Amino acid sequence: MVVWTDFERTTIQDIFSKIDYAVVGQAAFSRCLIVYPWTQRYFGQFGNLYNAAAIASNPKVAAHGKVIMEALEKAVKDMDNIKATYAELSALHSEKLQVDPDNFMLLGDCLTIVVASQLGKNFTAEVHAAFQKFLAVVVSSLRRQYY
Amino acid sequence: MSLSAKDKETVKAFWAKVSGRAGDIGSDAVARMLTVYPQTKTYFSHWKDLSPGSAPVRKHGGIVVASITDAVNKIDDLAGSLLTLSELHAFTLRVDPANFKILAQNILVVLATMFPVDFTPEVHMALDKFLGALARALSEKYR
Repeated sequence: MVVWTDFERTTIQDIFSKIDYAVVGQAAFSRCLIVYPWTQRYFGQFGNLYNAAAIASNPKVAAHGKVIMEALEKAVKDMDNIKATYAELSALHSEKLQVDPDNFMLLGDCLTIVVASQLGKNFTAEVHAAFQKFLAVVVSSLRRQYY
Repeated sequence: MSLSAKDKETVKAFWAKVSGRAGDIGSDAVARMLTVYPQTKTYFSHWKDLSPGSAPVRKHGGIVVASITDAVNKIDDLAGSLLTLSELHAFTLRVDPANFKILAQNILVVLATMFPVDFTPEVHMALDKFLGALARALSEKYR
C-alpha cells in the first residue's frame, strides 16, 4: 500500500489545481510523440504526425492530451486507491491497445518536463520527488493487468 | 540513434545560450538526482552532506557540467574525448550505467525549469540524444 506524506499529498493536489489540463496535456503528449517518435506507433489514426510542427498543431493530439490529464485527475482525487482506479484502464492498455508499458514513463518524463517548465523554480527537488513518486504509482497501477 | 548534423547544431546553440548558468545547472541536477532518485545516494556515502545546495553537491555539479561542456565542444568524437572519464567510471567508480539515464533526465528537468521557452521539444530531443550518446561513450570501457 502506498504511504503518502502530507507534503506529497498537498504537493500533488496543488500542482493539479494549478495547471490547465488542455495546455499541459497537449504540451506533454505532443512532446512525447516528438521526443520519442516510436510512441507514434499507437496513434496511426491521428492523422498528420509527420514532423514536430504537424504534431504540435494536430487537434487530435491536443484532444488526447486533455483526456490523459483528466484520467490522471482521477488518481489525484483518490490517492489512496490508485490501483483500483486504474484497473480498467490497465486492462484496456494491455488487452485492447497493446501499449508497451515502458512507454508509460516516457510520457511521464515529458509531463514532468512540462510541469517543470510551468512551475520554474517552484518545481523544487522536493516537489519533483513527490511528482515522480506519484507518476511511479500511476505507472505501476497501469502495468498491473498486463500478462 | 546517432547525432545528426542538425542535432549537433541544436545542442551547441542551446548549450552556448545556457552555459552562463552552468554551475547552477550542474548543482541543481545533482541535487535533484539525489532527492528524486535516492538510490543514487549510494555512490556518495563518502560525502558529509548530500542535501541540495551543500558544498559537495555544488562542487560535484560543477565537475559534471564542466565535463558536459567539454563534450559539447568535442561532439564529433565523444568516445575519444571521454576515454579517461570512461575508464574512471568503469574501473574506479563502477557506477551502474543505468544511472547515467537518471542524471540525464534530471539535467533536462533543470533546463526546463530555467529555460522554459528555449527548451522546445526539438531542443529536448537533441539534448536527450546527446546525453544518451554521452552515456554510451562513458560506458565504453565497462566491459
